[in-house]
Amino acid sequence: MKEMESLMNISNPAKRYTAPTSARCSLGLKAAFMIAALLCTSFLHGCSRPEGGIVIAGSTSVQPYVEILSEEFASLYPDIAIDIQGGGSSAGITAAEAGTAQIGMSSRSLKDKELDRGLWSVEIAKDGLAVIVHPENPVKGLTYEQVRSIYAGEIVNWEQVGGNNAKIHLIAREEGSGTRSAFEDLFMGEKYITPKAIVQNSNGSVKQLVADDKNSIGFISLGLCDSKVAALELNGVAATHENIVNGSYQMYRPFLFVANSEPIGDAKLFIDYILSDEGQKLLLENGLIPATEGIEKG
Amino acid sequence: MKDFKEKLSGRIFFVLALSSISVLALITVFILIKGTPLIAEVGLKDFIFGMTWAPGRGEFGIFPMIAGSVSVTFGAAVIGVPIGICCSIFLAEFAPAWLSKIFRPVIQLLAGIPSVVYGFWGMIFVVPLIRDYLGGPGLSILAGSIILAIMILPTVISISEVSILALPRQYKEGALALGMTHWQAIYSVVLPSAKSGIVASVVLGIGRAVGETMAVIMVLGNAVALPESILDPVRTLTTNIGIEMGYAEGAHEQALFATGIVLFVVIMIINGLAQYITRDKNKGRR
Amino acid sequence: MKLSAKSSEKIAKSIIWAAAMLVVAVLAAIVIYILAKGLPTLSWSFLTEIPEGGGAAGGIASPIVGTVLVTAVAVLIATPLGVGTAVYLAEYTKGGAITKIIRFSAESLAGIPSIVYGLFGFIFFVMYLGLGWSILSGGLTLAIMILPTIIRTSEEAIRGVPGSYRETSFSLGATKWQTIYKVVFPAAIQGITNGIILSVGRSVAETAALVLTAGSSLRMPTSLFAPTRTMAVHFYTLAMEDISPANAFGTAALLIILIFIINVGANILLNRFISNKGKKKEAKGGKRN
Repeated sequence: MKEMESLMNISNPAKRYTAPTSARCSLGLKAAFMIAALLCTSFLHGCSRPEGGIVIAGSTSVQPYVEILSEEFASLYPDIAIDIQGGGSSAGITAAEAGTAQIGMSSRSLKDKELDRGLWSVEIAKDGLAVIVHPENPVKGLTYEQVRSIYAGEIVNWEQVGGNNAKIHLIAREEGSGTRSAFEDLFMGEKYITPKAIVQNSNGSVKQLVADDKNSIGFISLGLCDSKVAALELNGVAATHENIVNGSYQMYRPFLFVANSEPIGDAKLFIDYILSDEGQKLLLENGLIPATEGIEKG
Repeated sequence: MKDFKEKLSGRIFFVLALSSISVLALITVFILIKGTPLIAEVGLKDFIFGMTWAPGRGEFGIFPMIAGSVSVTFGAAVIGVPIGICCSIFLAEFAPAWLSKIFRPVIQLLAGIPSVVYGFWGMIFVVPLIRDYLGGPGLSILAGSIILAIMILPTVISISEVSILALPRQYKEGALALGMTHWQAIYSVVLPSAKSGIVASVVLGIGRAVGETMAVIMVLGNAVALPESILDPVRTLTTNIGIEMGYAEGAHEQALFATGIVLFVVIMIINGLAQYITRDKNKGRR
Repeated sequence: MKLSAKSSEKIAKSIIWAAAMLVVAVLAAIVIYILAKGLPTLSWSFLTEIPEGGGAAGGIASPIVGTVLVTAVAVLIATPLGVGTAVYLAEYTKGGAITKIIRFSAESLAGIPSIVYGLFGFIFFVMYLGLGWSILSGGLTLAIMILPTIIRTSEEAIRGVPGSYRETSFSLGATKWQTIYKVVFPAAIQGITNGIILSVGRSVAETAALVLTAGSSLRMPTSLFAPTRTMAVHFYTLAMEDISPANAFGTAALLIILIFIINVGANILLNRFISNKGKKKEAKGGKRN
């Protein structure tokens, strides 16, 4: 068929191509090639990042607070560019170690093997961990034991803890999340979170889901709790800033900055700003517990 | 000089073509390098058939995710394929010209909408409906299947339509001349003749469903347990990577790359199948 | 009980019409819902202001710039590679093992899920080449992702150029390169452009591959090595984290409008391409009969 066509075409040389578009196209084509070539060379020559500026990566729990801090910091030091990346605590620590980021953010304590690798870290604040339910849920408080049993999948109906006769919709965070790992350390003891739990990958989506679903339970950063969700009393103690400071509400974790060696230059300037009175006050206003504030040991 | 230019241009095109395909090799090699050590350590059987995914405790079994991918994709096909094929018949056989002129760009738009927009719509529209009327947390196989069904429609519709339109007119005309009704002609002549194209469209649609990530993260609930009903949350192979990649390090990261290898192999098999089917069709016609 | 031919015809016809209308209804539901909620947010200041408070306030200027830059990098890299490959496939090979391998690779690449591209981009561009989370990493990853589309559409467009063009050119003494450059390209340029425009649409809509490679910074990018957040990624973050529903809808509405414009543009080009070809075919057909 194809051969036929080309045969026919040979016998039909009257059809000739006219030129005008040809010139236009070749110009565009040339430009495209040139830009591509330019890009390639810049790609080969410029494999290193430009100097100046800080890259901060890691925990999505810490990220919103650091974003607020960096906006204030930028008004003091407009020349220092700060790029803030999410990614998660573990990725942040890895990135800081590899130098992809100058500072890694972590919402959990460093693990032993991470400490063994000689990482530098500083606590910038403490964050309460709240167990949240829908505001209309009649259950207003649980014991640590009950929370553990619920997340282990042993208690499956709200009736078992004094609520409505409805199945509990468990919401957890994903493996690798600092919030999940802090929750496991603080609540789960020897037990594991059941695999049947719904998994969401940010504080915000856990909160949104709990706010939408009357029968759900989740855990998020205390600083993010508002009227859309209800934070449960644990062992009769309300999840509040005061109760964390006076030592009666023990569910909190540190927010850490991590680096592969003690930071210098711009990174140090930013860390100093966060640890300064002004920086800590900003964190306090946004719901965190300043690192400088001591916690009474109960 | 002319000769030189001639040779050079040929060489350049050859090099460009080679670098295009070397990308596939590069992807394969890098993902294999990152993922195989873990599969070797855990054992292929335990990795694929293991029931527990708990990277924190060193347990890497992805069977629940495989079950998740299969069930959500199956659900999407059950919902999306009949609608898609009906739609393609509509476009090829029933729609007046002016209507199909509007309809085709609409389908194209459907294909272009970002997957996150579908996921978001599912999250705020489909999920609450399921939660309120059918029970369960709403985030479920059913929600994922509905969203994916919508997302595979453009693939199924456009490829099926093309394969129906590609049939010689005489097929249908012959059937009509024999006294068949329009639908009888479609059912007993047109559809069987376009079968391989339609099957290919379904296979490609399934490939798209298996590969989709962001939309399903938003509506599936991502639980790592074997589902018991279509109202249970599940996790697919893609969402496992999407949801945990940012947080992973060490063996956990390797395990996600290993998940990527499994996904890669599954997709290659599906693609191979689609390529085989269409090739078969071409041979058949000759 | 057997249905009469007439009633089965009726039933089948109504089912098919219903299916078609259902598809339109679903699309309309999605698009109208997003536009209704998002258009009120869209304003000049929303488009030109930089996000504040992680996107809770301010506009989406930096994600818009990020989207444009990432897409530009992707298209500028994928176009020469893809078109070159297509030329090779269409003009230089006559079957053979290499062609088979190239075609198999291109078709396989087309089916790979974007999250796998993301994994690769993360390990190769971000980590191995040390480009970090950046516009360049994201753009290069997308370039690979859209490569198959460009190869396929370009090859089809080039193959669509009638053989008579080439024969005429050769008979006039032109070399192969001259023929491709001056005759085949200009004739196929609309088809090629159509493929590129579709790829732009795909880049704008992509999320999974970019989350792992381009980063999530909201700062206005200062170089190609700076991290950025594209509009689709920004929308995903806003929607998932419940930061600002209004801004999320606004971003989504803008995305849909952009995709719509891109599709319409591609369609216009394609129609022109087809009608041009149609005219030529007609002329030829007349001769043949």
